Amino acid sequence: MELPPYATLGQKIWHYTFYFICALIFLFLITPILIIAPLSFNAEPYFSFTEGMMSLDPEAYSLRWYEDILINGMADPMQPRSWSLFREWLWMGLSPVHTMPEGFFTDAWENAQWVRAMKNSFFIGFFATLIATALGTLAAIGLSRSEMPYRGAIMSLLISPLIVPLVITAAGMFYFYSQVGLSQTYTGVILAHAALGTPFVIITVTATLVGFDKSLVRAGASMGAGPARTFWKIQMPLILPGVVSGGLFAFITSFDEVVAVLFLAGPEHRTIPRQMYSGIREQISPTILAVATILVIISILLLVTMELLRRRGERLRGIRS
Amino acid sequence: MTDATATHGPDGLLLASDGTPLKTKLRQSMKASRRRAFGLVLPLLLFVLASFVIPIIMLLWTGVSNDTYASNMPRSAPLLRAWDGASQPTEEMAEAMVLDLIDARKAKTIGKVASRVNREQSGTRSLYTKSARRAAKMEAPFIDALVKADKDWADPETWRATKIAATSLTPAYYAAALDYKYTADGEFVEQSEERQIHVKLFWKTIWVSGAVMLFCLLLGYPVAYLLSHLPAKKANLLMILVLLPFWTSLLVRTTAWIAMLQSQGVLNDIFVWIGITGDEQRFSLIYNLTGTLIAMTHILLPFMILPIYSVMRAIPPSHVRAAKSLGATNWTAFWRVYFPATIPGIGAGGLLVFILSIGYYITPALVGGQDGQLISNFIAYHMQKSLNWSLAAALGGILLAIVLVLYWLYDRIVGIDNMKLG
Repeated sequence: MELPPYATLGQKIWHYTFYFICALIFLFLITPILIIAPLSFNAEPYFSFTEGMMSLDPEAYSLRWYEDILINGMADPMQPRSWSLFREWLWMGLSPVHTMPEGFFTDAWENAQWVRAMKNSFFIGFFATLIATALGTLAAIGLSRSEMPYRGAIMSLLISPLIVPLVITAAGMFYFYSQVGLSQTYTGVILAHAALGTPFVIITVTATLVGFDKSLVRAGASMGAGPARTFWKIQMPLILPGVVSGGLFAFITSFDEVVAVLFLAGPEHRTIPRQMYSGIREQISPTILAVATILVIISILLLVTMELLRRRGERLRGIRS
Repeated sequence: MTDATATHGPDGLLLASDGTPLKTKLRQSMKASRRRAFGLVLPLLLFVLASFVIPIIMLLWTGVSNDTYASNMPRSAPLLRAWDGASQPTEEMAEAMVLDLIDARKAKTIGKVASRVNREQSGTRSLYTKSARRAAKMEAPFIDALVKADKDWADPETWRATKIAATSLTPAYYAAALDYKYTADGEFVEQSEERQIHVKLFWKTIWVSGAVMLFCLLLGYPVAYLLSHLPAKKANLLMILVLLPFWTSLLVRTTAWIAMLQSQGVLNDIFVWIGITGDEQRFSLIYNLTGTLIAMTHILLPFMILPIYSVMRAIPPSHVRAAKSLGATNWTAFWRVYFPATIPGIGAGGLLVFILSIGYYITPALVGGQDGQLISNFIAYHMQKSLNWSLAAALGGILLAIVLVLYWLYDRIVGIDNMKLG
């Protein structure tokens, strides 16, 4: 994209116009995600920048919505009291002198809506990822063998949860699971999320297996290792980056999924996205922005992890970019 | 020479060490390895069939078969199905109807039956519940008793509507999903103008998906071009700006767009500050179709950029240089040489964006307001609110058919093996 020294004026203008257009598109991509962070520190219950925030008045900023994440829904009716106490406890360096009232943390852990949603999200995500990764990895290994019969047809069937509109999937599961007694249970949501996560595992693990050198397994087998041993000692360590990133994809799918939860989960199985969904529909409060900011930080961490995994995977398989 | 490596059978065939012909032996081992490969895939295949495919098939089945009436009104249903729909209702039918009404009221299923018939002809709900209350006291002749309870029973239309409801296997729901009415005579009649909503909604969904695809292409193509022409270090850095939205929760991005676009939101504040618009006439950018389009374009843009980028990176720069050395202007070199080479990427990204946006539910539901609702929102409405599952299944069946055709196309053009993530 270097401009040659002999470029005409028109070419120069076009060159910089193009850069400008691209900058605008990047702005479009990233601004909405970055804008929620400052907004979540709003002292007022609005979704917009107040005048105080614009003039960088420290009074206009607060952490009340982050505190609200922990406190909202607690059984303790003296909310303002626990608020100020909690703030003190938090900012006084977690010192034992400023202890919280007895039962505060148990109350928050048991009753606070967002805390419960977080517990549900991790619980459902963990088991859905486990099922999706285990079954998906096995299937991907089978699918990348050249002797696999009906490969194309089976592959398109196994990828289809990614393609079929979520409403149809969720409605079908709702209809079927309620007949077999799985609707409004953790099991139902976990099974649904596992099914939705498997295509990602298959895609990432098959991609890793493309560069896999089969003679390594044969070498192991020729020296007397059984199929199980060659799998765990040779194949698995080499495709592990692919498996882990597939698992991460499956986890993030479950962690982000809301349609199946809307159809299949009862009130006590609400996950973070489900809680956000009703938050946006019912009482829109900046607590959602605070949660969103935390989720953005989590996705940045995930992005970094994925990038490191990708590099490690390429290094392990001897591919140099 | 000792015969250690290969032995020959009596007919000259190569034999393996255990005496069987080598060909058979090879075939056996191929079969075994095929079975092993299939065995690895089998657990997932069974899991996906049980938790995903079968539920959808069961749901789709309710789109052509609804036995609410037949299972709850077992006496009258076969008689009604046998009735020609034109002659006067017989006393036998009336008697069966009265007995069924009594039972259905006892079993508390009369409400379900009434709403089932009501879907065929509005106003019959109260007719059924009222008649069921009085049915216990009715005496022969039942035809007159029914008419005495409500004069609508004298109307053959009532019986015809019931006949349709009594037929379990019916194209009525697919007809309704395509804005036709299935009558008792087995004919399809177009719905009245103001009730024709589904076909319009399907077209709108396709139209919105096409628009989102086009916007994604317009915004994604320059970005992919820039990324593929920058040195690797800079490109990787800018790639983060594409991948971060990709990895961010859908709900987070939708929330962010609400904060950006609402009337007191960031964008409107900027417009007022610059002076594009007055403080009183802020633009309504969200809770309508505009909001849906903007948010969906933002959410699906990475799905367009990534495939185009990976195709562009594989195009040798010498092609464009060759074109220019042969006298092509910058534009000709781009349009005649570079652009055609990127079409596979455009096809892959475009199809993927179209497939994903045609089934979109959450974003339209949250930022779509009244006119931003798409077909998915309608399916969810019938599933959860109006409880007309059969109609939801028929609408879903049509949507699924469209998506599967596109999926097939995607597989033909791109190949699912080439689907990449991140």
